[in-house]
Amino acid sequence: MVFFFEDSKDARPLSHFVRKGGALSWADLIAFLLLAAAAVLVVQGAEQMGQPLAHLQSQPVVLDPARLPEYALLTTLRMFAALAASLVFTFVVATLAAKSRKAELVIVPALDILQSVPVLGFLTFTVTFFMGLFPGREVGVECAAIFAIFTSQAWNMSFSFYQSLRTIPADLDEVARQFGFSPWRRFVRLELPFAMPGLVWNTMMSMSGGWFFVVASEAITVGDTTVTLPGIGSWLSIAIGNEDFKAVGLAVLAMAVVIVLYDQLVFRPIVAWADKFRFEQTASQARPSSWLYDLIRRTRLLRRLFAAFAWPIRNLPAFNWPGLPAAPPIRAGGVADRALNLLWLALVAFACLWAAWVLQNFIARSLSWSDVLTAFILGLATLTRVMVLIAVASLIWVPIGVWVGLRPAWAERLQPLAQFLAAFPANVLFPFAVTAIVAFRLDPNIWLSPLMVLGTQWYILFNVIAGASAIPTDMKEAAHIFGIGGWQWWRQVALPAIFPYYVTGALTATGGSWNASIVAEVASWGDRQLEAAGLGAFIAKATTAGDYPRVALGIAVMSVFVIVVNRVVWRPMYRYAERRLRLD
Amino acid sequence: MTLVQTNPLAQPLVEVRAVRHVYGNTGASGLLVLDNVDLTLSSNEIVGLLGRSGSGKSTLLRSIAGLIAPTQGVVDFPHGPSERKASVSMVFQSFALFPWLTVLQNVEVGLEAKRVPAEERRRRALAAIDLIGLDGFESAYPKELSGGMRQRVGLARALVVDPDVLLMDEPFSALDVLTAETLRTDLLDLWSERRMPIKSILIVTHNIEEAVLMCDRILVFSSNPGRVVAELKVDLPHPRNRLDPAFRALVEDIYVRMTTRATPGQARDGMFQGMGIGTALPRVSTNALAGLMEAVAAAPYNGKADLPQLASELQYEADDLFPIAEVLQLLRFVELEGGDLKLLPAARRYVDAEVDQRKQLFAQQLLAHVPLAAHIRRVLDDRASHLAPARRFRDELEDFMSEDYAAQTLKTAVQWGRYGEVFAYDEDADQFSLDNPV
Repeated sequence: MVFFFEDSKDARPLSHFVRKGGALSWADLIAFLLLAAAAVLVVQGAEQMGQPLAHLQSQPVVLDPARLPEYALLTTLRMFAALAASLVFTFVVATLAAKSRKAELVIVPALDILQSVPVLGFLTFTVTFFMGLFPGREVGVECAAIFAIFTSQAWNMSFSFYQSLRTIPADLDEVARQFGFSPWRRFVRLELPFAMPGLVWNTMMSMSGGWFFVVASEAITVGDTTVTLPGIGSWLSIAIGNEDFKAVGLAVLAMAVVIVLYDQLVFRPIVAWADKFRFEQTASQARPSSWLYDLIRRTRLLRRLFAAFAWPIRNLPAFNWPGLPAAPPIRAGGVADRALNLLWLALVAFACLWAAWVLQNFIARSLSWSDVLTAFILGLATLTRVMVLIAVASLIWVPIGVWVGLRPAWAERLQPLAQFLAAFPANVLFPFAVTAIVAFRLDPNIWLSPLMVLGTQWYILFNVIAGASAIPTDMKEAAHIFGIGGWQWWRQVALPAIFPYYVTGALTATGGSWNASIVAEVASWGDRQLEAAGLGAFIAKATTAGDYPRVALGIAVMSVFVIVVNRVVWRPMYRYAERRLRLD
Repeated sequence: MTLVQTNPLAQPLVEVRAVRHVYGNTGASGLLVLDNVDLTLSSNEIVGLLGRSGSGKSTLLRSIAGLIAPTQGVVDFPHGPSERKASVSMVFQSFALFPWLTVLQNVEVGLEAKRVPAEERRRRALAAIDLIGLDGFESAYPKELSGGMRQRVGLARALVVDPDVLLMDEPFSALDVLTAETLRTDLLDLWSERRMPIKSILIVTHNIEEAVLMCDRILVFSSNPGRVVAELKVDLPHPRNRLDPAFRALVEDIYVRMTTRATPGQARDGMFQGMGIGTALPRVSTNALAGLMEAVAAAPYNGKADLPQLASELQYEADDLFPIAEVLQLLRFVELEGGDLKLLPAARRYVDAEVDQRKQLFAQQLLAHVPLAAHIRRVLDDRASHLAPARRFRDELEDFMSEDYAAQTLKTAVQWGRYGEVFAYDEDADQFSLDNPV
């Protein structure tokens, strides 16, 4: 989610201002104030998270605009806590998968499935689990919310890191081995830098999806327990309960400000910095820029301050961990090796059987086959909604995206907007749609559906814009010279050129829409509740009722749907695009 | 073969004895790249390993660098009088610089791995940068540098760890001609003035002139499998002149050795790995085949050309020219003999013909001399549907060679078959057919 990616001049008025500065410039002062305030707020936020649960009841979330910045900060902190957890998970799990054949056998398919599982459904279990872990303390609920965000972020980051580790260039690997790099040095000097661009991009996509989940997971009702953590999500759910339009509008505004700030202050500097890790030997023309990154590099005070922060980053790679002489790799004989492999396979197979038994027990205790059938039929209803809506969104956004992408001036202005909209948590906007449906007495079965693609359609738009911008000039010129126009132009030039980009966008949009169905198929405004028949509503209702077996069943059925659609529809399209439609 | 007398005073640094290396499966399907290779590297010499791609010379270099454990044989570093085993360092064809590190950091990286203290690291790295002519570039990133400058960084990085032996894997082949020449000259100057701490250089190359220009001793490798077919001592004084008749004679001599088959008893298609339909085919385009025949048919060659002369005239490296010439020989369009390429009557007819006739002629030679093409055609003719899945041929090929080679061989067969209109291939369905799109 790099907004304002292409604009290099307009985005950094501050850097011009800074360059003229004297010994201690105004920019130094501003930056110092900002940083100090941020530090204080972080400390305050962390203090609050440690409060006992009773504190939540005694100090409920109130719709006071003065408290909104604080709530926004808490929501953001949750995002970053989840991000930190995701990074740790990524480094451990992906490294394990890349280094060990045996671990790879289990981890890679598991990641692949976890990527497509509707994580919102997990909330029920995680809230129960974490509240049990920290009984009576707010930390438990915080952990559950953070874990929900984590489950929406970690998998694709791990996948990206794993793939980078597997594609490390052979010559750099040989240099590392020839110089006898220790595992630590290999990680910080070779593996991490090589994986950085992919990791940064996937982290951005993860954060972009994460805002949706943080809003959804702050106000949770599981059975009799209702917890509202201080944050924008809770503010929103209370505003909905009170039918307070002004408060909903404020939440939308706060969210927009948070996302823009986070993009400008966190990710743009990181992307600008990560540019040096791109593995290509030629200098690129358009380098990502960030006014904050420039500010840090150009102001003396900030540079020194950051040098202090960056000290570990700069010196850890050169750090020599004491002890531990490099152990020679243990080489079992051929037979022993094979036996070990077989043993591992047997262990995995046994674990699978055990898991199936546990699941079967859990679901079968209170459910019958008719419940499975119901869930399946409801799944078909949701599937129809998702596919129809993605098709409709494609019909609308592909032509618009191509039109925009072919006009660089427009693309430059609209691309950041599309990326912003993709990151914006659409559930914040649901109340507006719900009031409209209530006011006009529309059929919720049809009119709740568009909410599912409200936030995800933008992935299609910005990918198509990127694809259309990437059509080579010579191809456009050739089409022009031979007078290729109308349907032939779409069929033979535009559609094949954007297809790989479109598939990426549509795949992301579909995954997001399945998740959104859990919050979109049941919506409320005050005490009026709207409901569309579908698997999302099935899971949502079961969650509210605290009916764990039904939640599990719903998630399982939805996962199966998502995985099947991915394998049958998107994967083949992806492979086709890879094989046929690549422009290089 | 020239017998080489090594200087008895020279101290052996590296001894390679009876090294044999098989890639992939050690069984019948594995690819034998090195067969029974011996090599002794002594102090004060530059030794060249000269051969074509697939001759295993890079594998040998990597065995010495400790990056590969050979399937059989020994790589030994004898103790010298200094009671210390020789150390090695390597320069890569692709430079292999870390793009996220500056020039200085790239040079320091080997010292860092050896846990050299920071100040000493900095001092030694700056000295190496100075030696190699990189001053002023210390804080640049590799992507800001030209190819020549990048390879200088690679050289500085290898030298800074004070190796006894410098291993160089085609260090100049990714550079343009002028840059490569400058780097070679600079390296030779540093070597002859003894300004580098190294005792010996082992350089892998497929460029014959480069080997003769730089080396004191050249080991010529045959390919498939890699064996040492000749060992030549180069006594020409430095700096060597490419136009010197003695220099030319040596280049010519090596060309002859490289085009002569290793063992006279081998079959006609012995240039390529494998036999019959299991012959691995290189990726050579029919345009290159036609172009070479036309060039040799025209004046001044008039049907017979000297390979070194042809290579320099057509601006080809030997490594690029050999596969084309050998495919032409496989198809019985030309005869390769003692460094000469002679057109056969089929080639003369081909050169004189129109497009359609050319295709027919090519098809005839293809079916007669490439067993795989004939096999595919026969299968298609035998079937009523005239269709056959490509998978089937790929499986057959994989009995003889690795998966990669099988895929490449079949791809080549597809290209040649399409050009000769011997059969058609549909990539989506992955199957061969006899249809000709009208």
